[in-house]
Amino acid sequence: MSTAVNSATYAAMPIGRVPTTLTINGQTRTRAIEPWTTLLDLLREGEDLIGTKKGCDHGQCGACTVLVDGRRINSCLKLAVTLDGAEITTIEGLGQPGNLHPLQSAFCDHDAFQCGYCTPGQICSAQGLINEGKARTRDEVRELMSGNLCRCGAYTNIIDAVLDVIGEQA
Amino acid sequence: MATAAKIGIGSAINRVDGVEKVTGTARYAAEHPVENLLYGYIVEAAIAKGRVLSVDEDAARAVPGVVEVITHLNRPHVAWTDHSYQDEMKIPGSPFRPLYDDRIHFSQQPIALVLAETFEAARYAASLIEIAYETEAHNTDFDVALDDEYVPKKKRSGYVPPKDRGDAAQAFADAPLRVAGDYRLAPEHHNAMEMFGSTVEWHGDGSITVWDKTQGSQGVHAYLASVFGFSKKKVRVLNPYVGGAFGSGLRPQHQVFLAVLAAKMLERSVRVTMTRQQMFSHAYRPQAVQSIALGAETTGKLTAIRNAATTSTSRYEDNMENVVTWGLMNYDCPNADAEYTLAQIDTPTSADMRAPGAATGMTLFEIAIDEMAYAAKVDPLEFRLINYSPIDAMNGTPYTSKALREAFREGAEAFKWSERSAEPRSMREGNELIGWGCATGMWDAQFSKTSASAKLSANGHLEVACATSDIGTGSYTVMTLVAADTLGLPPEQITAKLGDSDLPAAPVEGGSWGAASSGAAVQLACQAVGKKLLKAAGKIAGEPLDGAKIEDVLFEDGCIVLKDTPTVRVPFGDAMRAADLTEIEEEATAAPGFGDMWKGLHKSKNTHSAIFAEVRVDEELGVVRVTRIVDAVAAGRIINPKTARSQILGGVVMGIGMALHEETFSDHRLGRWMNHNFGEYHVPVHADIHDIQVIFVDESDPEVTPLGVKGLGEIGIVGTAAAIANAIYHATGKRVRSLPITIDKILE
Ligand code: FES
Ligand code: FES
Repeated sequence: MSTAVNSATYAAMPIGRVPTTLTINGQTRTRAIEPWTTLLDLLREGEDLIGTKKGCDHGQCGACTVLVDGRRINSCLKLAVTLDGAEITTIEGLGQPGNLHPLQSAFCDHDAFQCGYCTPGQICSAQGLINEGKARTRDEVRELMSGNLCRCGAYTNIIDAVLDVIGEQA
Repeated sequence: MATAAKIGIGSAINRVDGVEKVTGTARYAAEHPVENLLYGYIVEAAIAKGRVLSVDEDAARAVPGVVEVITHLNRPHVAWTDHSYQDEMKIPGSPFRPLYDDRIHFSQQPIALVLAETFEAARYAASLIEIAYETEAHNTDFDVALDDEYVPKKKRSGYVPPKDRGDAAQAFADAPLRVAGDYRLAPEHHNAMEMFGSTVEWHGDGSITVWDKTQGSQGVHAYLASVFGFSKKKVRVLNPYVGGAFGSGLRPQHQVFLAVLAAKMLERSVRVTMTRQQMFSHAYRPQAVQSIALGAETTGKLTAIRNAATTSTSRYEDNMENVVTWGLMNYDCPNADAEYTLAQIDTPTSADMRAPGAATGMTLFEIAIDEMAYAAKVDPLEFRLINYSPIDAMNGTPYTSKALREAFREGAEAFKWSERSAEPRSMREGNELIGWGCATGMWDAQFSKTSASAKLSANGHLEVACATSDIGTGSYTVMTLVAADTLGLPPEQITAKLGDSDLPAAPVEGGSWGAASSGAAVQLACQAVGKKLLKAAGKIAGEPLDGAKIEDVLFEDGCIVLKDTPTVRVPFGDAMRAADLTEIEEEATAAPGFGDMWKGLHKSKNTHSAIFAEVRVDEELGVVRVTRIVDAVAAGRIINPKTARSQILGGVVMGIGMALHEETFSDHRLGRWMNHNFGEYHVPVHADIHDIQVIFVDESDPEVTPLGVKGLGEIGIVGTAAAIANAIYHATGKRVRSLPITIDKILE
């Protein structure tokens, strides 16, 4: 079976960890990372930055959204070793208890979540959207946040919170 | 002394666990850091029915980092009796026993668990396992299974058999107006955003701590003790944060079994999480067909209701829901009969999903009701008022309360229903046809035995605790508000603890009974603390409260206050110091009382809602947008209007999914769900959701539960898809009787 051949190759192969320099929430460090590790798994299992969530591992839900050099990406679709030199901001870097980011406060005030599992991804996505400078109206925000699923259905409250921070009510 | 506005029951406050959730510091089941952890990856059956003949695991074991591969062949001893695997839901039949033997009951059944030092190694190794099967003929086609529909012998607890009245067959035959048809609902999957996961910490002394994604820590605790033979003291189950569940976490799911099995076998800590694809390997909302026949006078007065439904279940358990009773309860009609049967297919057992039974049965029934309104040429809202029943028409019992009429009135006003033009296809804007529809929703107001504790410290801090869960429902906040209300303390001085099997007993959280039950228990525990406080105040020199009894005092701003002379105030701390107490701790249990059991006092307890929907349908493309929903809900007392509103919004959004998107497709040749991911199983996204207005109708009901609370977790979804289906008919003139209403059905 071809799978057995693959396995033998794999077994014989020295695990080639790749030195990768990442700045995560302001801390720069060079790590030896296995090439198949996604940024999401690195954050959650390697760094205990569990604020970044796994909802599908396939780029279909947005729960894993983080900011890489200010741009929002699905961290489950990115191999960590490809990000040498990048600056990564996760929900933990945006704001902390006692020092909330305006989006975090707005989410609390608008009850923009229920279970909270999609929330870090929604907030990082909203920050990315603000950085893009594209979204101004309710319809635009809705459209451009549609990659972030919320099974609890907090959508209307999420848009209210984001618009509150953008400072425009459509 | 200035008193701040009291915060208590009815105050709209921010979720008390909000900061943890928005900062990513709330830890869910698979996120608890444990030393020396092994990762488990589940291998699933590729066939729907048969046996595992052999497992070739050599290649998997050769992967660096792989520690073990567990199958039915090498697993340690586990319980074998059905009874040992029974959970709180008590579905009649023989519960699924993971890795028990070589039998395969459904596609995606877990048949091996690979354990490795890293997640990636476990996942890769799992892909190398080769399994040889002996296949047997299977059937996953519900329509084929319908030929063998049956009435289950043993009823599931909570199942309400329908009660017939009059002679519905005759009345239907005689009716001047008749509507009859088969109404269908596709299978749906819960798909909570957090995937099922468990982290098991092996302490080395035979005890384990389990962080599990579940709706009931104590249910999982009992299950693990029973299945693995742990003494109850050696197992602790925690679920402080649950990333949604919607019913899928009512029963222990197999990842917790597998994680504990591995931990026990390897004497190490283990984490097992499902993938999104594997989230389709267990609970789902049963597929349903409901044959509804309605008869009416030309005036629109109903004369006959016939309601027969069949839902899908597995070969090994009879999952029953209350599907056919709702229409019979809700409408005034002298003749009615109903029937409910099951049909078995080779899938896992179907399961409770948000408003089980009602979301199916009431929703489909409300589409038929709309058809009859058109047949009678009566406005659909008016039709519902003509046939309004102030009592439970099936059981002939009064309701503790039913403010549905008010819900219709307030909802219609907010929606501007009176501006509707009656004819289908009569409203449009550009290339979009506009339609307005309405429907009724209904659910049970339930209350289950629950205990809670309250501990007041001399510094004024109060901790309330109960083993209930907060699956996004707002339980932390509800417990805090009830405690604040009862003892007159600001929420900042209160900590609510839940999601821990060591805490006072609570049932699994579901069925919308959480707030009513844990709220009542917290109130009783706080009242007991209040009594102790008053007694302690009696020790204060000079007796400022002058021997006042509990009914003579209030608790306000951390003080005991004389009702008649509010200037007399004793701070809690003073009372406790006088009695030399550093702490007052009380535990109490709230349970349905004697009155509920006494038949003579029996009343029906239900929530109701009136849903109004506006859709815009692209005439050429058939694309539907739900542009406006008004949901007016009569659900008794609202503890926190802010989180309560969110509960309804969430139910409505899932109802929009039910109306337009959600459907799990099976490839019947393989007997396998084929759209088992978020790319192909569509749930509503931001762009699908427009304006949703929630109204809570005033409904004071001291009889229904101790706090007058009826619960809100389910009612938002019931009927929502019907209002949308009815609006689509109004927009297009096209009646679609099967949900979801996808574009093909509109263009057909
Ligand atoms: S986990 Fe990355 S998109 Fe779902
Ligand atoms: S808050 Fe639960 S998924 Fe969004």
